[in-house]
Amino acid sequence: MTKEHTPRTSFVARNPSVLYLLMALGLFTAVVAVLSEATGVGLISTSFVKTLGKTLCLCLIAIAMDVVWGYCGILSLGHFAFFGIGGYAIGMWLMYARTEIIVAESLAGQVIPPTPQEISDAIGNQIFGVVGSSEFPLIWAFADSLFIQLAFVVLVPGLLALIFGWLAFRSRVTGVYLSILTQAMTLALSLYLFQNDSGLRGNNGLSGLQNVPGLADSGQDVVSLAFFLASALALALGYLLFAWITDSKLGNIIQAIRDDESRVRFLGYHVESYKLFVFTITAIVAGIAGALYYPQAGIINPAEIAPIASIYLAVWVAIGGRGRLYGAVIGAALVSLLSSWFTGGGAPSINLGFYTIQWVDWWLVLLGGTFVLVTLFAPKGIGGLFDKLVRKS
Amino acid sequence: MIRVLISLTWLLASVSVAASQDVQSILQTHAEEVAKPSRKSVSVVLDDLVASGLPQAPEFLEQWAERNVWRNNATGLFVIVTEEGDDLTFRDIDSGETGTASEDGFTQLRPNGGVRRVIGTALVQFQLSDPDPARRQSALDSIARRGEASQLEPLVASLAGEDDPALRARKEQLITFLTARFGEDTDARVAAIESLSADTSVEARAVLSQILSANAGVATDTPEGNIARILDPMEDPTASYGQLVDAGLAPPIVPVGAVRSALEANIVDGRVGGVPLAQLGDQDMRNMAYGALAADGTVPPLVTQDDITVALENAVFFERYSEEDTTVTDAARATLDAIETRVGLEQTFDLALDGLSLASIYFLAAIGLAITFGQMGVINMAHGEFIMMGAYTGYVVQLFVPDYTVSLLVALPLAFAVTFGAGVAMERLVIRHLYHRPLETLLATFGISIALQQIAKNIFGTQARPLTSPDWLGGALVISDNIQISYIRIAIFVFALLFLCLLLFILNRTRLGLEVRAVNQNPGMAASMGINPDRINMMTFGLGSGIAGVAGVGIGLYAQVTSEMGANYIVQSFMTVVVGGVGSVFGTLAGAGLIGFLQKGIEWLNPSNTLAAQTYMILFIILFIQFRPKGIVAPKGRAAAD
Repeated sequence: MTKEHTPRTSFVARNPSVLYLLMALGLFTAVVAVLSEATGVGLISTSFVKTLGKTLCLCLIAIAMDVVWGYCGILSLGHFAFFGIGGYAIGMWLMYARTEIIVAESLAGQVIPPTPQEISDAIGNQIFGVVGSSEFPLIWAFADSLFIQLAFVVLVPGLLALIFGWLAFRSRVTGVYLSILTQAMTLALSLYLFQNDSGLRGNNGLSGLQNVPGLADSGQDVVSLAFFLASALALALGYLLFAWITDSKLGNIIQAIRDDESRVRFLGYHVESYKLFVFTITAIVAGIAGALYYPQAGIINPAEIAPIASIYLAVWVAIGGRGRLYGAVIGAALVSLLSSWFTGGGAPSINLGFYTIQWVDWWLVLLGGTFVLVTLFAPKGIGGLFDKLVRKS
Repeated sequence: MIRVLISLTWLLASVSVAASQDVQSILQTHAEEVAKPSRKSVSVVLDDLVASGLPQAPEFLEQWAERNVWRNNATGLFVIVTEEGDDLTFRDIDSGETGTASEDGFTQLRPNGGVRRVIGTALVQFQLSDPDPARRQSALDSIARRGEASQLEPLVASLAGEDDPALRARKEQLITFLTARFGEDTDARVAAIESLSADTSVEARAVLSQILSANAGVATDTPEGNIARILDPMEDPTASYGQLVDAGLAPPIVPVGAVRSALEANIVDGRVGGVPLAQLGDQDMRNMAYGALAADGTVPPLVTQDDITVALENAVFFERYSEEDTTVTDAARATLDAIETRVGLEQTFDLALDGLSLASIYFLAAIGLAITFGQMGVINMAHGEFIMMGAYTGYVVQLFVPDYTVSLLVALPLAFAVTFGAGVAMERLVIRHLYHRPLETLLATFGISIALQQIAKNIFGTQARPLTSPDWLGGALVISDNIQISYIRIAIFVFALLFLCLLLFILNRTRLGLEVRAVNQNPGMAASMGINPDRINMMTFGLGSGIAGVAGVGIGLYAQVTSEMGANYIVQSFMTVVVGGVGSVFGTLAGAGLIGFLQKGIEWLNPSNTLAAQTYMILFIILFIQFRPKGIVAPKGRAAAD
């Protein structure tokens, strides 16, 4: 070995994608913001701004998935559960605070001012009436505090990932076994949330999340733009964070674990701690992404957390290209936008003479088929094509 | 129906019996009692009628109770009226001759409720000795449905003449039940109750619980009578206080809404009870305002939490048996406890049967995976869709072959062929390129899975399709009131057992099995021994897929066939294989057994909520894998170093 070090160039120089992506994101955000209804131009409808904002959130969880799978080699089929938990945490506050306002308005007309107990009962009745209850379950204890619920967005997915990861990595569950185990965890969570007595309104889920208390005066156009900008900012920060992590020495070890776990362990590294760190931090980012996503979607229910959602997440990352953060962004954006285009009836039907292909019915077949082809013939995904282009030039 | 039977027997009897005496003459001797019956006087008539043994007597009694008997005012004779109106159509009680006459000359007999009950009891006595077993049976059924003290005596009386052994046994059983409930003599009752201790039927338990029926009560002092137990009011204070209010021992709680409307009704100059309106948003101020109103006597006083506690502490809450004899209730309690223990055992056995059948289903769903995942290490997310394909094959076959037994026999091999073909095609086209990248197999097969699911949805629609089982699989094997199992579940269990044997045979006793195991252990060495690993992989995957298809037919018989049915089983199937231990057929069996029994066990603990049962089961599995990461039947030696 020569003692010659590669010269330490700057972070940006080593990661040109960071610069390109941030520039592209900035430009995209600016264009959307200017063309949105909030500024009065209105070329991009409010609902499309929401779609774009949601897509940015999906990109954020996709890069988290890319770090845990593409960089660390853990195929987690549970990250969408963390996404959902983030959504539920913020959804509880949104729903509570908004119902509180509605209840206060409806009680304001009465001759005798309501007592705190009466207000609380009325809110409970409004929220839990659909599951035949009016009592506040224990987990709603802090629903009135935005600050605590925001902390839950980070803490609950983080703690769950920490405990689950500690148990799983400690007993050296790896590879496909870990995938199945994470899938089981996701299934357990969604089945739990489907119960009416889970305290989170069973299969009704939380709804009306697009109405942000305190911003009722500004219309949905402004609110959705605000969430769009917040999502863009979160994606930019998340990208920077993960680029920095994967670029660091820590990132090298993580990638080494992916390539040969036993060798890294024999070299004296405590593999479990590294894996646990990656698993937990990506779970937290997934929770944050969920907390930004569901206020734009307006509703969250346990079906969102079903294991299949997490598999789709893996699909996006695989199509975009694993081990490349920008690949995950491309994959998530492309597939989710295409999906809403095809299933929303945007794509023209193809008439074969004897049969007409309606894309609403055949989109999943196309996606499944594409996915098989990508796995077989382009294991590096779309990001791999980029790499080839860059190397040629 | 009963009416027809009655008239039939009556017709037959009237031909054969040359009556020295007839019903009409008996009635005429007690004409006044018949015309204006009371509960006491009617017994004379009934006794004579019963003693006469005339076949027309039950018919008359029935019509009498139904208020169809009229009296001719002129002659004083009684007739049975079959059609009312201005003109009556009637028939003679004894001869059955019919006639019509104006309604004016007749008076309807209207026995009251009490009399009709007495008549009904006398009637049961006739029916109990009726020559027609069907009628005796229906009389016994009516006693079983609604036992009364008065039925005991006729029942005992009819026992001697009973020649049908089944009915005789039934009569003896009902006598025991009735003696236990209504016997005159305490010793006889206790003996009857104790003889029930071996009977776990629902009927026997109902008899005992009727003896033990108790009413909740409340009093200020320790109450009189046969007390079942003293209750703790603090277990459910709200309900207990409600009981106090109902008994008139405490003032009712003023509901929040009533407080509010009382306050609203008593606003004086912007104040209520001296408290300004604006301050009423505070609970204490509101109480103060209401207290002031209550002190004036305008509204009922507020019942505070302390009042409730004091009231509850000063009252005795109890349950009192309706049965006054403590000896009887003690015996019934002891017998019922003994029966409950036996019932508990039987229910445990029933639960085990349920668990067994669930385990069979999981085993069927997972056994194909045990081959593809266990032997080859291929994660096939489309395995569930192979199950679905098998079930749809069964459905399509049923469309063409109307006989369900034949169609089932056709469907089983056809389902195997279809899914074998699909499995081989998938292995050739996709999986063989991914053997060294297991995680990517997972994703590629997932792609196939969603495509297959959507194609099935496009072809067969979203609603569930029936896969009807043959008639001989309908119904259930009933061992006792508490143990029963449907034949379809037995069939699935047998099916799973057959599969297990077949698979063990193929893997351990055939050339193919030998080659499969060889390729699994060391592909390179197997190849140099002349085995073609490519062909073996293809065959193995085809076999696993084909078994999934056949399992699909079995599962389809039990559950509904939808495009999502495979997805419902896939996670459970993988867990079955992982929990059991990868690479071992017996492991899969153990895994399916563990998961099936566990799920039923948890469901039994919390029967209202199968979702919760599944949740807890998955949590258990996650924890289980912590302690046995390689499953129940862990591979040993080098095979374990994966």
